[in-house]
Amino acid sequence: MTSRLTGLLTRNKRTVPARPAPGAALAEVTGLHVRLGQREVLAGIDLTARAGEVLALVGPNGAGKSTLLAALAADLPAASGEIRVDGRPVGDWSAADLALRRSVLPQSAVLSFPFPVEDVVRMGRAPWAGTPFAESDEEAVAAAMAATEVTDFAERPFSALSGGERARVALARVLAQRAPLLLLDEPTAALDLRHQELVLRICRERAAAGDAVVVVLHDLGLAAAYADRAAVLHDGRMAADGPPSEVFEDALLSRVYRQPVEVFAHPRSGAPLVVPVRGTAPLAESSPPRAKPGLTSA
Amino acid sequence: MTLPYDPHPTDTTPEPTPAKAAAPARAGLAAPVTKRDAGSGRVPGRSPQGAEHSAASPSDAPSRSASEETPRRPPEPGTPRKARPREPRRREPRRRKALLLTAALVAALVVLALVSAGIGAYRIPLGDVLASVQHRAGLGGAPLDRVGESVLWNVRLPRVVLALLVGASLGCAGALMQGVFGNPLAEPGVIGISAGAAVGAVAAISLGLSFFGNWTITVCAFVAGLITVSAVYLLSRNGGRTEVVTLILTGIAVNAFAGALIGLFVFFADSGQVNQITFWQLGSLAQATWPKVLAVLPCAFAGLIVAPFYARRLDLLALGERPARHLGIDVERLRLALVLVVALLTAAAVAGVITFIGLLVPHLLRMANGPGHRFLVPGSALAGAVVLVAGDLAARTIAQPAELPLGVLTALIGSPFFFWLLRRTRRKQGGWA
Repeated sequence: MTSRLTGLLTRNKRTVPARPAPGAALAEVTGLHVRLGQREVLAGIDLTARAGEVLALVGPNGAGKSTLLAALAADLPAASGEIRVDGRPVGDWSAADLALRRSVLPQSAVLSFPFPVEDVVRMGRAPWAGTPFAESDEEAVAAAMAATEVTDFAERPFSALSGGERARVALARVLAQRAPLLLLDEPTAALDLRHQELVLRICRERAAAGDAVVVVLHDLGLAAAYADRAAVLHDGRMAADGPPSEVFEDALLSRVYRQPVEVFAHPRSGAPLVVPVRGTAPLAESSPPRAKPGLTSA
Repeated sequence: MTLPYDPHPTDTTPEPTPAKAAAPARAGLAAPVTKRDAGSGRVPGRSPQGAEHSAASPSDAPSRSASEETPRRPPEPGTPRKARPREPRRREPRRRKALLLTAALVAALVVLALVSAGIGAYRIPLGDVLASVQHRAGLGGAPLDRVGESVLWNVRLPRVVLALLVGASLGCAGALMQGVFGNPLAEPGVIGISAGAAVGAVAAISLGLSFFGNWTITVCAFVAGLITVSAVYLLSRNGGRTEVVTLILTGIAVNAFAGALIGLFVFFADSGQVNQITFWQLGSLAQATWPKVLAVLPCAFAGLIVAPFYARRLDLLALGERPARHLGIDVERLRLALVLVVALLTAAAVAGVITFIGLLVPHLLRMANGPGHRFLVPGSALAGAVVLVAGDLAARTIAQPAELPLGVLTALIGSPFFFWLLRRTRRKQGGWA
C-alpha cells in the first residue's frame, strides 16, 4: 500500500513504452565522443541497436566497449554527438522512464546487504510499480529465475553465492525488468561453459521475442555463434560493424587484438571459429607426437 | 484500464529447452551433492559467513544447480514454463515474522514505558500509573496524591517520552544512514554526525542564542548536523560506495574537529553553561521536561514519518548507485532527501551524544528479519525506542541513588558490539586494504 502511494507520488509522469516494431531502432548513437577525465575514450561512434537483434560489442581491453554500453545506458554523458533511446535523446527521459525502456547488467554484481536471491531478482520489477504490469511481477521473477537456473537457491543470501551464481542472479534481475532494450556488460565473464551458452541462448530468445540486445563479449566464438551483428571497437573507434561472418576475418582481428588469429569455418556447422595463432608448428617439429596433451579434440 | 501492450507476453519467456534435455544424464551422479546443499541452504538464520564455503568451490556450483533442477521438474516439451505453480514459500512467513516482531516490540515498549514511569526514588505502583494516565485521558481512573501526580507527570513521563523520541530517532537514523552509505558500519555517532550536531547545540548554549526560543538548540543542532552529514558524505564516498576504512577515518577526523569546536565553546562558556554543555556531551535525559520534549518533537516526527517512504528505494540502492538508477531511481534526489531526513533525526536525538544505538539496533533487526528496509526502517525506530527507554531505566536504577549518564551506558555496551562488527566485516572482506 505504501509502495503504491510512493509510486504515485514520484512516478506519475511516466509513459509506458509502446511495443517496438521489429527492426525499430531502440538505441542509437551518432558521432558519439565520450571523455573520461582527459582521455577521449570514444571518438566518433555510430551505432544502432535494433529490435529483434543481438548486437555484440567486441574488441580488446580498453577499446571502449563498456564505455559505449554505459553511454547507451545514459550513465555517461556525451562530450559531443547524440545518444537516443526509444527515439528521444537520453537527457529527455527521466530515470523512471528510462527504466521502462532499458535494463542494464553491470560488469560486476555487488550488494551492500545480504538480501536473499529472490528479493534481488524482484528488485528488477521496481520500475513497474504503480503500472498495470506490476501484476505480472511474481510471474516475471519466477520466469527470470528459472531461465537463469537460480531458482534452487532463491532463499540463500546473495553474499553466500559464488561469483558465477551471483552473475546469474544479476542477469535474472535484469531479465525480470522486461525492458525492450537489454544492455549486458560481459554477462559471460564469470560463467562456466554451460552457463555461457545458456546466457547467449537467453539473449537470442529475447531478440526473437522482439527485444534489442546489446552484449559486450570477450569470447569471439560466442559472438560469432549467437550475434546477428558484431561491432568491433578499437581505440575508441568503430573498426567494423556487420554480421560476424563478414566482420570476423583474420587481418582485421589480428590488427585490432595485436595477436595473430585465424578464422575458419566450423567443419560441420560452418560458423566462424576464431583461434589465436599459437607457436605450435616449431614445437610439433621438435617434440614427439605423444607429448601434446590437451590438443586432442573430442 | 486498457493495457497499451504487454512488454513481454509470457509465452516468450526464455526457455532453454536443450539445456534441460541434456541434464538428466548427469542427474543421478550429482544427487548426493544436491541433497547436502539443499539442506544447508535452508538452515534458518544462516549467516553470510557461510559464503566462504560455497564461494570456495565455484566450479561445482553451476553443475550442481543445473542437475538439481532436473529431478524436480522433468522436461515436458510443450508445457510452458509459467504453468508450473510457484508456491510463495518465503514471502508469507517473512511477513508474519515482521508482524510478530512489530507486535512484540510495541508490547515491550508499552510495558517498559509504564514500568519506567513507576520505578524511581518515589515508587508508584503500576496500577496507580495506569489509573492516573486513564484519569488524564478522561477515561475514568483516579489521580494520585499531589506529590505522586507531580512526580509522574512533571518528571517521569517527560523523561520516558524523550527517551522514546530520541531512541526512535537514533535507531531510524542508523538504519537510513547504513542504507545511504551502503555500509553496515555507518552510524551517526561513529562517523561524527552526532558530534557535529552537538557542536550546534553547544554553540547555541555557549553563545546564549535564543532566536527561536525553545527550539533554538534543536535548530542549531539540525543545521550543524546537516552540514556534518553533507561533509562526511562528500568526503567518504568514492564511485558510489563508501569503503569501511574511508568511512571510519572520516569519522575520526570529523569527531576530532567537532571535539575541538566543543572544547572551544566550553572554554568561552560560564559555569552554568558548562554544566548544561556537559549534560549534552555525556548524553543524559535527566533534565527532561515537557518543553524539551516539545523542542525535539517536530524534528523527530517529521523524520520518522517521512523515513519509511524511502524504504523501497533504499532496497534498490543496495545494488549500487548505477544499478539503482537503471531501475528508475533518481539517485541524486534520493540522497539529498535522505541526508536531510538523517540530519532531522540526528538533531532530534541530540539529547546529548548517545552513541551506538543506531548501529546496534538495525543490526539486530537485520539478523532477525533480513535486510529489507520496509521493515528495517520503521522497525529500527521502534526497537531504538525500546532500547533507549530500557537503557534510561537502567541508567537511573543501576547505581541508585546516583544516576549513570545514559551516553556512557550505551557506549559501554555498544563499543564491544562495534568491535565485534568490525572483526566480522574484516573477516568477510579478507582485510581492509
